[in-house]
Amino acid sequence: MNRSVAITGIGLLSGLGENADAHWEGLSRGAPQPVVDETRFAPYPVHPLGPVDFSTQVPKKGDLRQMEPWQRIGTFTAGLALADAGIAGNLEYLERTDMIVAAGSGERDTATDMKVLETISHTDRDHGDVCPNEILPSNLRPTLFLAQLSNLLAGNISIVHKVTGSSRTFMGEEMAGVAAISTATKRIKAGQGDLFLVGGAFNAEREDMLLNFELGGMLAQGPHSSVWERAAGTKASGLAPASIGAFLVLEELSHAEKRGANVYAIIEDVVSGRCNRKPQSATENARRQLAAMDADLKSEPFAILSGASGAEPATSEELDFLKDVIEQGTGAAIRGYGTVLGHGVEAHFPVGVALAALALRNDKFYPPFDQTGIEKELANCPDQILVSCWGHWRGEAFALVRKAGS
Amino acid sequence: MVACQVDARGRPVVAVTGLGLVTSLGQGLATNWQGLTEGRSGLRRIDRFTTDGLHSNVAGCVDFMGVEPYSAYELSRAMASAVALEAVEQSGIGSRGNFPGPLFIATPPSELEWPQLQRLFAKATGDNSENAYRAMAAGLREGAPSNGFNDLADHVRFATIAERLADQFGTKGQPISVCTACASGVTAIQLGMETIRRGETNAALCMGVDATVHPEGLIRFALLSALSTHNDPPEKASRPFAKDRNGFVIAEGAAAVVLESYDAAKARGAQILGIVRGCGEQADTYHRTRSNPDGSAIIGAIAKSLDDACLGPEAIDYINAHGTGTPENDKMEYQSLKAVFGDAIHGIPISSNKSMIGHTLIAAGAVEAVISLQTIMAGTLPPTMNYDIPDPAIPLDVVANESRRAKVETVLSNSFGFGGQNVCAVFSAEPS
Repeated sequence: MNRSVAITGIGLLSGLGENADAHWEGLSRGAPQPVVDETRFAPYPVHPLGPVDFSTQVPKKGDLRQMEPWQRIGTFTAGLALADAGIAGNLEYLERTDMIVAAGSGERDTATDMKVLETISHTDRDHGDVCPNEILPSNLRPTLFLAQLSNLLAGNISIVHKVTGSSRTFMGEEMAGVAAISTATKRIKAGQGDLFLVGGAFNAEREDMLLNFELGGMLAQGPHSSVWERAAGTKASGLAPASIGAFLVLEELSHAEKRGANVYAIIEDVVSGRCNRKPQSATENARRQLAAMDADLKSEPFAILSGASGAEPATSEELDFLKDVIEQGTGAAIRGYGTVLGHGVEAHFPVGVALAALALRNDKFYPPFDQTGIEKELANCPDQILVSCWGHWRGEAFALVRKAGS
Repeated sequence: MVACQVDARGRPVVAVTGLGLVTSLGQGLATNWQGLTEGRSGLRRIDRFTTDGLHSNVAGCVDFMGVEPYSAYELSRAMASAVALEAVEQSGIGSRGNFPGPLFIATPPSELEWPQLQRLFAKATGDNSENAYRAMAAGLREGAPSNGFNDLADHVRFATIAERLADQFGTKGQPISVCTACASGVTAIQLGMETIRRGETNAALCMGVDATVHPEGLIRFALLSALSTHNDPPEKASRPFAKDRNGFVIAEGAAAVVLESYDAAKARGAQILGIVRGCGEQADTYHRTRSNPDGSAIIGAIAKSLDDACLGPEAIDYINAHGTGTPENDKMEYQSLKAVFGDAIHGIPISSNKSMIGHTLIAAGAVEAVISLQTIMAGTLPPTMNYDIPDPAIPLDVVANESRRAKVETVLSNSFGFGGQNVCAVFSAEPS
């Protein structure tokens, strides 16, 4: 059984715009500039969305009202991917589309939380269970919980876009996005499904989320800098979160060809693993993972799209590793896409795979996103792109994406 | 080469070789099984926090794991660790800290709870009248890098519980944390089954855990009018399939199963506890918290699970119901079962474990899988308690109020969740 995994639909939404074309335009010409807001959440730089007319993908106002922003981003982007693949509205396909969504969530109603905190902060701390009972029931919207449940992004996609084959939500920050693409890829190759919608969404414009990352000391501060500058210690390390959505339609190649679908690229392989992040343990892990792709990486040129977040020590260790991979093999150039797009957490790996597919389809690699000299110009796009994603805290993963027909 | 044990579609047969369970009835499968077959309830009046002003004050709390003070994260970790240990030890697979396969785990939301927010708020700096979260973050920056709250980073990362378990048990590869709401536990098992069928691994550790009996957990479901208000006496709060049912009872628990390829388990001489015959799922497009009144997605999930198991409806001897005790769930579950099984449904015994242990939410699918497998092994059907007033609109063969002896070869276990999640699993005895 020789089954290949084709990328036949891409949905992207970020500050650079909506849909795949806007991202290709914004990232492939001149010196791509990040959309970043350094003041609204200062001292944290955040990559915000621009104005989005969500109604183009979520026409019912009632549906939009039921969603918090991450769900809107995701449901919108999933719709873009389905439309791009040519299966939007086609129940014959949607009824057997298997969905795997990477999500975190838990968006809080900060105004309500404020009220509760103010009230309980005036009570005796030793009797700290002066519970929010008095305040929460009258202030929480019944629907807020649904907006907080991780699987309700998938739930909204089912409701709005009628994707019903199956619906699974993976959690766990960056590795949730990796697991979504990896699981779909393995299932397609093994004949456990022909057609998948996979991806994730993240809303960075949230004070509660910033607090969560600050608990681990993971956020970049001050003016925007490239992820490699953050790794080199010339700028403060940390990740700069991005409001972003990325969804892909993955399809068994002959299934795609039979229905005349447009094939962006082929996912050759996805490898992932974990370690405790003691120094060099991620590197050892990554080395073992890439051994599976050794033949491809040593015989043909490839480019690297790195999902490095800017958080340390993962980013500098990843950079050292990638430089080594290039030296040992036939690697041509690295691009840290988080520099321009920011860090998409659950959506970050799907973003990288989408960008790889766009470059391979357009037969052109991206210009450098960073001016420190790490990212070398590359005139020709190789036929294969290695996408890396090391989690800001845990998890190491790679995808090898290949030009269709190569 | 020895012939492989494969199913009717040529896929490796997936065996269960280890089980672990914690519910409000206690720790360990044996304790739970005794309670369940005796019709004991783990549901009590909540004393973990005040329930003043709330309409529901009963829950299935797990207060015996030595987690003080309570937090959903710490209690989830403790229960997950306990059930994984129980299952792995029973299976005898691998060696200590070296489980030879991946981990799939259903975990509850990773979020800050009120006592933790209160701690952070006390150290907030700057103008916190404008934005509490911003002020709390500012307080953390002042204390950086060792801000005294680094432990809380674990609470808000969705990967943490899985990562800690992976460290403890030495599972292989990237663990997957899954959420399909109240079907999550069975999705974890489905993921493990699929991985073994693909031949990627001979073993998988699949589990579910939930420990969210805290004020906001209760209030969230109360606002959705999902909870039972039959508070007195607490053990009568959960009334699945009864005419006077009016909601579910929130509860805590965890369950783990060790899955193995049948051949690998046999080769190492493991005891086969049961077989995962198949799983099926279908998403609903109707509403965020309600099933389509035509039952199409539930019907689809049941039918797909039978199809995946290569079995017809006549093969099912017993049904472990989702049976939450909400007016809507139990009615929809009956109507959907009737659509698949026809009149035969009236002769298939069915129980809802939730009558005794409440609804363990994210964990429920795994908890009920473990109980389903134990039902097959023991030949005893645990009862549906509080089935005092049958609902004439739900003419099912409910195992009412007392356990029943029966030879069970094959069980259907249903799990449904908010967000249109419907997942069913079929478990069988070891083939003779």
